[in-house]
Amino acid sequence: MIELEGVGYSYGGGELLGDVSLSLAPGSFHFLTGPSGSGKTTLLKLCYGALVPTAGQVRLFGQDRREMSRDDIAMARRRIGVVHQDCQFLDHLDVAENIALPLAVSGRDLLAEEANLRELIGWVGLRARAQARPPELSGGERQRAALARAVIMSPDAVLADEPTGNIDWEMSERLMRLLIELNRMGKTILIATHDLALIRAAKAHVQTRVLRIAGRRLQLAGADL
Amino acid sequence: MRAISGVLAQFLPGDSPADRVVPPSGFTATLTLFTAAAMAFLAVFALALSLATGRLADRWGNELARTATVRISAPEGQMAAQTAAALRVLETTTGVASARALDDAEQAALLEPWFGPDLPLDQLPIPRLIEVTETAEGFDAQGLRLRLAAEVPGAVLDDHTRWRDPLVRAASRLRLLGWLSLALIGAATAAMITLAAQAALAANAQVITVLRLVGAQDGYIARAFVRRFAARGLAGGALGTALGCLAILALPPARIEGGFLTGLGFQGWHWGLPLLIPPLAGLVAHAATRSAARRTLEKMP
Repeated sequence: MIELEGVGYSYGGGELLGDVSLSLAPGSFHFLTGPSGSGKTTLLKLCYGALVPTAGQVRLFGQDRREMSRDDIAMARRRIGVVHQDCQFLDHLDVAENIALPLAVSGRDLLAEEANLRELIGWVGLRARAQARPPELSGGERQRAALARAVIMSPDAVLADEPTGNIDWEMSERLMRLLIELNRMGKTILIATHDLALIRAAKAHVQTRVLRIAGRRLQLAGADL
Repeated sequence: MRAISGVLAQFLPGDSPADRVVPPSGFTATLTLFTAAAMAFLAVFALALSLATGRLADRWGNELARTATVRISAPEGQMAAQTAAALRVLETTTGVASARALDDAEQAALLEPWFGPDLPLDQLPIPRLIEVTETAEGFDAQGLRLRLAAEVPGAVLDDHTRWRDPLVRAASRLRLLGWLSLALIGAATAAMITLAAQAALAANAQVITVLRLVGAQDGYIARAFVRRFAARGLAGGALGTALGCLAILALPPARIEGGFLTGLGFQGWHWGLPLLIPPLAGLVAHAATRSAARRTLEKMP
């Protein structure tokens, strides 16, 4: 589905990642850890095609990233839901419009999707906030809205970058339960986080693989995780 | 949940969902509207100039091409005889359809703009004028001059070529200038709207990032901007055209005394031509924004 083989990424003359190999198989659950600035976000961006590797090969659904046009990337993004720490909403649209945005840009029949949208907004607990503008939401609500937007196209994989970075523990657990539920539906999950407590909590409910970036290289985390 | 239905309705086909994803406000909206309106206003005048000079060139060309004038300057007492002799020559000249001497009233009317009414022609040594109308084939001007010189010493043939051609050329150049002005107005409009579109795209870089994140293709993103700018170009063009037409209407009516300047306007079906300006402004805005959007999106990561 998403494969990285000997991938390196350099920017401004400095190497940010080197010789990274990773395969995200369908239905797998991965955590990506490492200190701030270690390259977690860069690796995630390589995984959803926002960056082109400077070495090695990234394959998205079998296609070499370097050979993909911008429209190919756009099509691949529809199969990969992304949740950013800062969520990245369009503030002039309300929550429901933001969540429906992937449907709109892909030209789906929105009336036919109305029931799904309602269900999804209910699933992330934002039914009462559907008409609110993103700046009016709390950190936890924003993250859940971002998750709803990421999964509305029923993607094959969900990638989340520090999704619990700005929210309290209770909200973090709630978000994690949603991600675990998605994984049980067969979605591939990759979460970049430095919150080790969250990883431990998740491991109690789902089989995960924990990866760590250290010294610009990717490695399996130790048994303590 | 009723709110969600409302949201979906805004995204329905025909409701231009792509338009909704770009924030509606911004200085580029005003700039585009103003530019399109100002350029359309100028375009109305350039169009009027082209059409008026076109009419002038046609009139000068058609009215004068088939006529000539014979001027008789003779001592008092010989004027009538020489006029009659000239008319006889003209009647027997191949290519002359008709020839008639202007009477005193007609000659006085010709001189009225310079000397005023009630000019005492009989007290002034005014030459007699003979108006000559050619057949479609025309006459041999050189041959006629030689015959007149032999038979009517005081006659001078003026076939208008000497001063008609420069006038027609000048009018044609003016008409060309009008069309060139229209082309320049179109190019300036495209340039201004391109700048406005680039500014709008740069100001909405974050919106574009989000759209790409959720899988929007470049065509979708470009459409969001293109439709908006085309609509503004159309609206501004309509406003400027309406104001331009009102200004043209406010010009003094065309009169002989006013000459070309008072004839600067539209006549007959030409009033329909300014209606083409708003859709053209919309098309120019559409093409300029589309090109700017494609270039900008290609440069964005």
